[in-house]
Amino acid sequence: MARQRNTSPVEVGINYVVLVGFAVISLWPIVSILAQAFGPSDPSAATGGLHLENFVEAWSQGQFSSYMLNSVLVSVTVVLISVALSVPAGYAFGTMTFRGSSWLFYLFLFGIMVPTEAILVPLFFDLRQLHLVNTVVAVAGPQVAQSIAFGTYWMRTYFRSADRAITEAAIIDGAAPRQVLWRVQAPIARPAILTLVVLIFMWTWNEFLIPLVMSPTGTLRTAPLGLAFFQGQHVTNYALMGAAAVTVAAPVVLVYLFAQRYFIAGMTEGAVK
Amino acid sequence: MATPYLYIAPAFVVYAAFLLFPLARAAQFSLYAWDTVSPAKFVGFGNYLTMFNDPELLGSFGHSAILILFYAVLPICLGLVIAAILNRAQVRGLGFFRTVIFLPQVIAMVVVAVAWTRLYSTDGSINALLRLVGLGDVTRAWLGDYTFALPAVGLIGTWVETGLVTILLLAGMGRTPRDLYEAARLDGAGPVAEFFAITLPAVRGEIVVAATLTVVAALKNFDIIYMTTRGGPGTSTAVPSYQVYNQAFGLGQVGMATTIGVTLALLIFVINLVLNRLGDRAAED
Repeated sequence: MARQRNTSPVEVGINYVVLVGFAVISLWPIVSILAQAFGPSDPSAATGGLHLENFVEAWSQGQFSSYMLNSVLVSVTVVLISVALSVPAGYAFGTMTFRGSSWLFYLFLFGIMVPTEAILVPLFFDLRQLHLVNTVVAVAGPQVAQSIAFGTYWMRTYFRSADRAITEAAIIDGAAPRQVLWRVQAPIARPAILTLVVLIFMWTWNEFLIPLVMSPTGTLRTAPLGLAFFQGQHVTNYALMGAAAVTVAAPVVLVYLFAQRYFIAGMTEGAVK
Repeated sequence: MATPYLYIAPAFVVYAAFLLFPLARAAQFSLYAWDTVSPAKFVGFGNYLTMFNDPELLGSFGHSAILILFYAVLPICLGLVIAAILNRAQVRGLGFFRTVIFLPQVIAMVVVAVAWTRLYSTDGSINALLRLVGLGDVTRAWLGDYTFALPAVGLIGTWVETGLVTILLLAGMGRTPRDLYEAARLDGAGPVAEFFAITLPAVRGEIVVAATLTVVAALKNFDIIYMTTRGGPGTSTAVPSYQVYNQAFGLGQVGMATTIGVTLALLIFVINLVLNRLGDRAAED
């Protein structure tokens, strides 16, 4: 590489120091919570090895079977509905010309900026009136709406740059417009759709404020809420707290480790475009 | 050709029902005094006046301004330095480094809060580190301290956001033409001169994007506050995001809660507009 010629060994050395130093700071809280989770729950009676029993105990004491299941239920609902609705909307905005398309698009874009804090209080009282609080509708609904705002924008950006010749060829072959979208365009758009799926999954799994407000009786308490609840009871049992925290973070972190490029692409390009 | 409105309608209906409509309702609620029990009373802009005259509520917006320093300004400064250094010379392990520094972005804030609560506790590793370097006198329960709780919460934000900012800036710097650097070096520019002459102007657009994302993150930090301090000690870490929840579900002041929520939304909207303008200007030059 041409530019390496101009870089002194001292500078390369400094680079490694910065890189390692910064990586250590980034990892420190993560490593310490892992150490907490796999460490002995009673340090004075410590025995060596990994204390996997912390996870078993935290899981049963914290009722994480039901909280994790609620999280799966809410996440799957939000991801499926949001993607199924955002893809056609983004497709229309990205490939068709129609009256009002631009202000209608800005109306969707506007939703990306609206903070949850602004809508949640009136929504709670209105849904309570409709007896929908403590249901999937109340917990998933606002998250679907927020995901649609981003998803429509994200898919529009993709479809604007997508190849239209394929669409035209498919129409000449006699495909109906709906088939063009789901059978022809969507499979090609797979990377963009996958990015959308992992982002919405992450946002929903990690969401705290919406399930906190929308499930006051705790019937739909999701995993992050379970952790908050658990903290209230076991604040000084660091081993159990650590195990519970690792359990809650694990699903998204695992998906991230396998689909890293989709996360980084979505969270950086989604903002830049 | 099928009508585009049919493609958009299902998304729009859900979006309008769960986002646009409640936002309009929030604006409406904010004009009433309502304690959820007795009938709502129309007060006009009374809630807004009360909010701007209440030192505690106004103070929570001040706390957000301080948090912006930690969530946005500090990560952007750190990110610029780290990304500029990494951009100058190729090092092994950059892929692993990216994975690691981006990790805080994908971990649930609730979990981040649990990890940091432990680090900040009296027998946590931050105090242990301070004792190790002979600063035993300054050790304390950081999150329970009137002066230091807010900066302590802010540093959690710095930890979360710096990786995102660094990756954004690295991508921008990677797009800067290499021959600009070659030319600068032929002219005898050192790393510092090179940074201010080439790197910094080249990533102005990315800085604006990073600023938008991190400033908004600083304003919407309910999870961290709820899990670490609940606005305390006293009201030293109370932020608008937490006040919305506390006013509505703690104190039963629904009108005031929506007033703070609407103000927060307006604030985020204005910040987005201003930063967008700056971004457009950066793109024009």
